[in-house]
Amino acid sequence: MTQKSNTPKKRERPLSPHLQIYAPQMTWVPSIMHRIAGGALAIGTLMIAWMLIAAAYGPEQFECFMDFATHPVGLLMLFGWSVALFYHMFNGIRHLFWDMGYLFKLQNAKRAGLVVFAASALATLLLWLPLI
Amino acid sequence: MTMKWEKTPLKSDMARAQGLGSAKSGTEHWMMQRITAVSNAVLMIWAIFSLVGLIGQGVDYQTFTLWLAKPLNAILMVLFIVSTFTHACLGAQVITEDYVHNEGFKTLKLVAQKLFFIGLGFACVFSILKIAL
Repeated sequence: MTQKSNTPKKRERPLSPHLQIYAPQMTWVPSIMHRIAGGALAIGTLMIAWMLIAAAYGPEQFECFMDFATHPVGLLMLFGWSVALFYHMFNGIRHLFWDMGYLFKLQNAKRAGLVVFAASALATLLLWLPLI
Repeated sequence: MTMKWEKTPLKSDMARAQGLGSAKSGTEHWMMQRITAVSNAVLMIWAIFSLVGLIGQGVDYQTFTLWLAKPLNAILMVLFIVSTFTHACLGAQVITEDYVHNEGFKTLKLVAQKLFFIGLGFACVFSILKIAL
């Protein structure tokens, strides 16, 4: 769009503070973490695809995937994937409760946030303990 | 076809001329995100415990393909792929729409990521079927 030439110059308005200015709160921290975890999981679909496609190609290709997946770097990625996944899942359930109209009281929303963190840690422990 | 309510002056003439406003398809997106969220939660518990268990034990090709070839595992894996890829595609779309402000790049990115999830999803489903059938 073309602007009229006689419009006044844009004034420097004060900006609203950015995230790093705000004190961490049980409202916005889990919210942005939910997005970050979701984005990471969306990229993580590449690993799932690699596994399945490699298995469809044959033993050599699958061994190549397994070499990577069982390498410390691969295992760390797998661990990170599981943490992001459990967090996104439990916080997603918290979102579903909101969609149904529950947990809107500030105190309950905060408590549910704590429950999400605790449940994620517990589920991650439950998943990895048998393998150690 | 013009509906009666579209003539009511809820929008400015300029907005109507530019065709801006509701795309009238937001509810489907929102609802599908929730439906796949529920199916993800169920399928994911099966998937993550199975896959981390298999990979953690350093599964070989033979064991993995035999495991995936069992009808129940193959069916669950196909459902898992369709459900998670749909959910990821919808979620990625919202993130891009929220944070990318350059119209041209936004359109390009939206198309690219949609094709990415559809393409990768089909590749996964084909691979499962090839192993299982």
